[in-house]
Amino acid sequence: MTAASTALYDIPGPATRKRHFLYGVVSALCIAALAGWVVYLLFDTDQFTAAKWNPFAYEGIQELLLRGLGNTLKAFAYAAVLSLALGALLATGRLSEHRPLRWLATLLVEFFRAMPVLVMIFFIFVALKVQPLPALVAGLTLYNGSVLAEVFRTGVNSVERGQREAAYSLGMRKTQVMTYVLVPQGVRAMMPTIISQLVVALKDTSLGFLITYEEFLHAGKLIASNLDYDLPFIPVVMVISPIYIGMCMLLSWFAQWVAKREKRSPKTEAVDVGPAEPGTLLPGVR
Amino acid sequence: MDVLTDNFSLYGKGFLGTVELTVYSSLLALALGFVMASFRVAPVGSLRALGTVWVTVLRNTPLTLLFFAVLLGLPRFGLVLPFQLFAVIALGCYTSAFICEALRSGINTVPLGQGEAARSLGMTFSQTLGTVVLPQAFRTVIPPIGSTLIALAKNSAIAGAFSVTELLGTYKTLNELGYSIIWTFIWIAVGYLIITLTISAFFNALEKYWGVAR
Repeated sequence: MTAASTALYDIPGPATRKRHFLYGVVSALCIAALAGWVVYLLFDTDQFTAAKWNPFAYEGIQELLLRGLGNTLKAFAYAAVLSLALGALLATGRLSEHRPLRWLATLLVEFFRAMPVLVMIFFIFVALKVQPLPALVAGLTLYNGSVLAEVFRTGVNSVERGQREAAYSLGMRKTQVMTYVLVPQGVRAMMPTIISQLVVALKDTSLGFLITYEEFLHAGKLIASNLDYDLPFIPVVMVISPIYIGMCMLLSWFAQWVAKREKRSPKTEAVDVGPAEPGTLLPGVR
Repeated sequence: MDVLTDNFSLYGKGFLGTVELTVYSSLLALALGFVMASFRVAPVGSLRALGTVWVTVLRNTPLTLLFFAVLLGLPRFGLVLPFQLFAVIALGCYTSAFICEALRSGINTVPLGQGEAARSLGMTFSQTLGTVVLPQAFRTVIPPIGSTLIALAKNSAIAGAFSVTELLGTYKTLNELGYSIIWTFIWIAVGYLIITLTISAFFNALEKYWGVAR
């Protein structure tokens, strides 16, 4: 995006462009100075000593980290599949024609969306005395499932009215209208939002760290608190965060790519949600 | 029921802790988010890049990792602050990325013609911004900022696990005192509901007052 495409500025002339270039150079220098200061601090506090970085060359440590990463991905896979299933179930409930069913689904969705996911995880872990992995997965599933239910519902409801009417007038039953006409279009339009919600689930698997689930961060903590390696806390953060952030970014970019592709696709023409920008909150849902 | 009445001061302390954490982090997030949003729409390339990196990285960082890095990492640089302040920094920075995006998309919803019309009337940059673009953008960003701040209040629970006084953290003491764990959690849940519902009511009122359909 260029600045010219907002309502804020006129298209700059030559003098303004020169001025902006000057601002750019000055601010780039400031940013570089700030970055340099951070690097200086890192060196000044001896974060690049061999004692702190050598452990990452040890096979045992690498295995520990990989096992942690594997556990993170395992929790994510369970949570993603289960929350998609729960989301579909709750959305079916909310779109149901039976009032009690609709109320129950609404109550569940609203409650689990309003609770901090960590409170649910702790409740399941402490009060129900469940193992860390199932507790983490259950907490993530309840929260993300409820959010996804709202996403599915918004998607289905935003399919053009004519589609539903045409399907009914062809003599389809409600189940057929849903499964053949509304759900495919609605879900396809909501795909970027669904993937962005999975990014949230991936990020939240790190909450497992707080209930002693042996995930990626936990492995890092183990290494960081090792006196033999001179407490390599900052090196551990410098190794772990790029991997974590990179995984989430990949998934976010995938969501953006899907969103971009969808803009051109004729298959989502009958759905009038502007496909949500990944990471922003749902359109029309609060 | 007696979990609440017997330990009202403990719950109260935790509740106030969460409220304080939410308020301070919200202020930090709004301020930082505003700065970053103005960077992201600035005509200066390097500032735009800084804003983009800030938002992309923080939005994709697990909050637990950020807490881990800030609360346990910054002291390694000799920066020793109370844990609560660290928690405010972590939460504020994290949320500022979402606030920034909300503000930016708010600015982008203002039609191009509005700015062009203002300029063609001879308005200066600050007049265009202050009297035409921002008032319109402000109205569209109320709901997304409201839901971001609700998410912030919920995220503050993570601070409790890093030994900052807040609502979720009270369960530990109560558990040791032998109170019914189910009721302990029910009252914690009620506390969070009070906070999130208050924020949502506040922003609904704001929206009713300011929000204008365009």
